[in-house]
Amino acid sequence: MDVELLLGIFPQVLLDGITLGFMYALIALGYTMVYGVLEFINFAHSEIFIFGAFVGVELLLTFKAAGWLDLLPWVVVLVLVLLAGMAASGLLAVLVERTAYRPLRHAPRLIPLISAIGVSFFLQDTIRLAESLWRNAFNLVYPPMDALNHRFELTQTVDVSMKSLVVIVAALLMLWGLHSLVNRTKVGKAIRAVAEDQAAASLMGINVNRMISLTFLIGGAMGGGAGVLFGMQYSLINPYTGFIPGLKAFTAAVLGGIGNIPGAMLGGLLLGILEAFGASYLSLLTGGAFGAEYKDILAFSILILILIFRPKGLLGEIVRERA
Amino acid sequence: MKTLRFRHLLRALAIAALVLPGALPADAQSKGTIKIATQSPLSGGQSALGEGIKLGAQLGMEKFKGNLEKQGYKVELVPFDDQAKPDVGVANAKNIISDKDIMVVIGHLNSGVAIPSSEVYKEVTLAMISPANTNEKVTDRGYPNVNRVCGRDDVQGPVGGEFAATVMKAKSVYIVHDKTTYGQGVAEAFKSDVEKKGVKVLGFEGTEEKSNFDPIITPIKAKNPDLVYFGGIYDQGAPFFKQAREKGLKSKFLGPDGFDSSDLVKIAGKTVVGMYYTTAAAPTSSPAAKQFVDEFKKKFGKNPEPYAAESYVATGIAIKALESVVAGGKAPTREAVASAIRKVKYAGMTGTIEFDDKGDPKKASYYVMQVTSDNPEKWSENKEAKRLAIAAPAAKK
Repeated sequence: MDVELLLGIFPQVLLDGITLGFMYALIALGYTMVYGVLEFINFAHSEIFIFGAFVGVELLLTFKAAGWLDLLPWVVVLVLVLLAGMAASGLLAVLVERTAYRPLRHAPRLIPLISAIGVSFFLQDTIRLAESLWRNAFNLVYPPMDALNHRFELTQTVDVSMKSLVVIVAALLMLWGLHSLVNRTKVGKAIRAVAEDQAAASLMGINVNRMISLTFLIGGAMGGGAGVLFGMQYSLINPYTGFIPGLKAFTAAVLGGIGNIPGAMLGGLLLGILEAFGASYLSLLTGGAFGAEYKDILAFSILILILIFRPKGLLGEIVRERA
Repeated sequence: MKTLRFRHLLRALAIAALVLPGALPADAQSKGTIKIATQSPLSGGQSALGEGIKLGAQLGMEKFKGNLEKQGYKVELVPFDDQAKPDVGVANAKNIISDKDIMVVIGHLNSGVAIPSSEVYKEVTLAMISPANTNEKVTDRGYPNVNRVCGRDDVQGPVGGEFAATVMKAKSVYIVHDKTTYGQGVAEAFKSDVEKKGVKVLGFEGTEEKSNFDPIITPIKAKNPDLVYFGGIYDQGAPFFKQAREKGLKSKFLGPDGFDSSDLVKIAGKTVVGMYYTTAAAPTSSPAAKQFVDEFKKKFGKNPEPYAAESYVATGIAIKALESVVAGGKAPTREAVASAIRKVKYAGMTGTIEFDDKGDPKKASYYVMQVTSDNPEKWSENKEAKRLAIAAPAAKK
């Protein structure tokens, strides 16, 4: 076994894992916030996430066709596209809540869950239909932006791309913004109150429906932002791309302690890093007996072990407050 | 009483089940119609190639059906969408065999779909002519109804290996595959060939990942091979090669015919310009092929994707076989059509095709092509780097 090689790629793998982890963390927020407030899993969130990526790519392609891509500074383009993706996904999440979940608010919990799975299929194929009518395409590609592809060489074997930095910085900003909103503002307090006890909150004069809509808006917006970042990082998206990252992010939310915002972040990071190490190191360490295809098995085995000892997730018991 | 009544109901249902399927096809059968079915992915990530197969067959049928129509037969094309999924392909195959008018199937794109689906066709000896399935198991089962007009992976892999070792002069190679019957099969054939030729294999990795290839690319970059080979299809390979180049990997790229689609450069852009791929689809440089491209463009308003030409040729073979069967004035049967296909000697734009006793073309052509432009419109102008005509190996016992 080549120890030098193993150690040489370590920082690179860690960096890639962190990038992926932040992406999972952003998506996981949508699951965890909705769970915190309504105690059900919004399985349509993976499509809300990829919808953001589609809005982002459409906007970028429009910019490109108009020739603005080279004209505007890349930071402006990036912020515009991110905001558009966030707005679109946030509104879509609110719309989904109004049409598919609110009428079932008082039904047994399995019912909105099934409704969520239905919405998930519905959105996948609606996006597919729209894209094939509009562009006659199944796979869409983010137009490359030179500034984003720039790589900073840290050492001979380790470098970090502008894209990864953008993902990490944007994710940190979004997470910080969300944390402040939930913990430091009146609206945040209202959301937390609804999460704790809907009936009592409404007696205190809080508009419960509006707070639930707001939760979906914020969670959806985070997912949409993650979608745009995902598209920029990995470039190829199709209507079904959202499913696997969505599933992983849901796992990350459970790992961190579902309903817990810092937990979602921790869970996302941990899962991203585990996955990156699995894919890079498994075949090197086992001499090719177990290859990169076992990365998810490795990651999920560790998750099961953690959940056996901490069934409520890593931060599930320490921090009581939800939302 | 209740159970008794239930039993009556069951009996009635059983009788209905016995009688109805017998009755239905008889109603549906209209004498004098011959149908040719296509099966290929018309939706999903590989629909560009699958659509090409359908359109190639459509063009071929309109071009060649004249003689059959003179004999008084109506000729129809029935396209099926197998979604590149084995279960969908098999479900379609069951529908196809229950339509007694369908005499030939042109398909599939994916070997992993063609193999289980052809098991269904075999039940009724329904002939299948494949334009694109290169996995060796497709014909090595020795079925009387299964044929293909293209080459085989156990030859295509070594063609790539030969090119890598002697023309590219690669000293080391890293192999990645997509874990499908097709991708892994051709990757393994490539691997054993380059190993024989003394090229060092630095890694052999399978992955189903479609988006994030970072953790796979990092060890490749650290090992810095001369060549990276991806056994798979462009919808996965294109983002892989794109991310690898963007991550600063300097190795040369080589892939099998799964990369032979203009969508490769649509996805990966200039990062794959200069990349090589082996293919069993003839390049569109010959005059006969040029004419096909022009006709295709005129009719459908776009360039034919790879394997559209093979599908056109397969349809030509099917119709020639059908003509020989109905020549005596008899209505065609599936068995007769299947055995007639084996006797056809067909001179088409991809060369003369004759099938051997397991359904492989007696001699198939293989090409190594190089991507020359990041413009998808110019895909058909890719440079031919090497051409080999190789006989299919005898069936392994």
